[in-house]
Amino acid sequence: MNEVDLKLLMEIAKLESVPQGAYNIRKNGESAGRASSDTIEIVSKTDKPGIDIHVKAGTKNESVHIPVILTETAYTETVYNDFFIGDDADILIVAGCGIHNGGCNTTQHDGVHTFYLGKNARVKYVERHYGEGEGEGKRVMNPETVAYLDEGAYMELETTQIKGVDDTVRKTYIECKKGAEVVINEKLFTHDEQHAESKMDIVLAGEDASGRVISRSVARDKSSQIFFPSVTGRASCFGHVQCDSIIMDGATIKSIPTVAAEHPEATLVHEAAIGKIAGEQLQKLMTLGLTREEAEEKILDGFMR
Amino acid sequence: MLEIKNLSFEVNEGGEAVGILRGVDLTAEKGEFLVVTGPNGGGKTTLAKAIMGLVEPTGGEILFNGQDVTHLSVTERANLGISYGFQQPPRFKGLRVRDLLELASGKKDITRDDCCLLLNKVGLCAGDYIDREIDTSLSGGEVKRIEIASVLARGSELMIFDEPEAGIDLWSFSRLTETFRALHATRENTIIVISHQERIIELADKVILIADGKVSHAGTKEEILPFIFDPTNVGCAYDRKAVEK
Repeated sequence: MNEVDLKLLMEIAKLESVPQGAYNIRKNGESAGRASSDTIEIVSKTDKPGIDIHVKAGTKNESVHIPVILTETAYTETVYNDFFIGDDADILIVAGCGIHNGGCNTTQHDGVHTFYLGKNARVKYVERHYGEGEGEGKRVMNPETVAYLDEGAYMELETTQIKGVDDTVRKTYIECKKGAEVVINEKLFTHDEQHAESKMDIVLAGEDASGRVISRSVARDKSSQIFFPSVTGRASCFGHVQCDSIIMDGATIKSIPTVAAEHPEATLVHEAAIGKIAGEQLQKLMTLGLTREEAEEKILDGFMR
Repeated sequence: MLEIKNLSFEVNEGGEAVGILRGVDLTAEKGEFLVVTGPNGGGKTTLAKAIMGLVEPTGGEILFNGQDVTHLSVTERANLGISYGFQQPPRFKGLRVRDLLELASGKKDITRDDCCLLLNKVGLCAGDYIDREIDTSLSGGEVKRIEIASVLARGSELMIFDEPEAGIDLWSFSRLTETFRALHATRENTIIVISHQERIIELADKVILIADGKVSHAGTKEEILPFIFDPTNVGCAYDRKAVEK
């Protein structure tokens, strides 16, 4: 791996070298390294691009890293990764995609990740998207995350688009059975003329299922964002969606939430706020000696932490 | 160290100029503890904000250590050694107490002990607060005390506190009074506190009574307290006329 590869890996997976435990690094459609562990097996799909990750029941304190890096211009791929998480397992999965496009044609990665969580399994899934490159070619990423949580399972999704992604349509579909819980932390930052769409569907199908979405976004320059968060309650359940966006310059943000109750015991809440940085926040930090620009950066850094 | 000359601030209300500050004169010496008091709406907060640069005066001068700072930016004044604790501090989603204290102190990596010392001065336990975000999960009194700690962290030559007692419980207020007393004892900072609390006024070297955008009285606490406790009726023009009759 060269310097560009390592920088991309650092940005998306905080990796300085080959990770510990099970991993699969995909570079320009080829495998750039893979390791399975005693309890986590990674195998290539035979019918389409992608991998299957099998985590044995009861696996604890292990991690799987599956970063994707693209450094070729005019390269487009769709990858399918499926995760089969055994009952009672408790693991960390770090994914993400980094594109370095030095050319003038579009480079695009569409990743479809499907999770099947067994009973009482716990997964923390971290996904970061980042783009860079001196070329005029667009950097496009369309991640799709689908998860089916069996009884008592828990999944925490931390999904972040850092910067440099020109166009993205992010789709998320989560289905929770009895007592299952999902927490989604979404962070989205767009700048220049970038466009981002996030469609999120959470179905709370079982009794005592719960879902929480905390979405924070910043749109700068002439970028645009559209959010479609949706929670459906089909049983006695609790769902909470909280969307906060900071709008700056000539950007546009649209949030179109849906809360749908299909059961009398379903409690669903949605909160959404779009606004500029409050003048008093800037003033406060300026009284601490920061310039207006420095204050703005600090507020955005904190908001997107 | 601070000299305010004939300071005025006017706003336009329905085409008419209304004076919020109407020729305020005030001086504060190094190490002095000033309490600014007076009825609501009299111009105290506007005066404090004008010193910090948060409002632009329409007339007069502000001199800080002999330098005319009347038209300097907030940032420039902060870096010269002026700080201000907001009456109603803003909240920040994502910014933690530790981050704010780090920015205020100017230290790159503020330690847990540093935070502990600062938060203890306002009656908060660091362990419970340093990693919490300054958002709506904190009560008004907690945010206010964190605000005061951020001003203490700066250790500026001139510290201005705008109604530090507002929203704070009695026990924390006692702790805060002790902090002000100890800070004053060092005589290293000039302290201006806007307050209505007798226990704060008791700490003052000088009390400034501001009403109707002007300094109505200035002197030692012994001289000024009688004016404060005088029966007043400033709220209603109709009642005022009735009293005058």
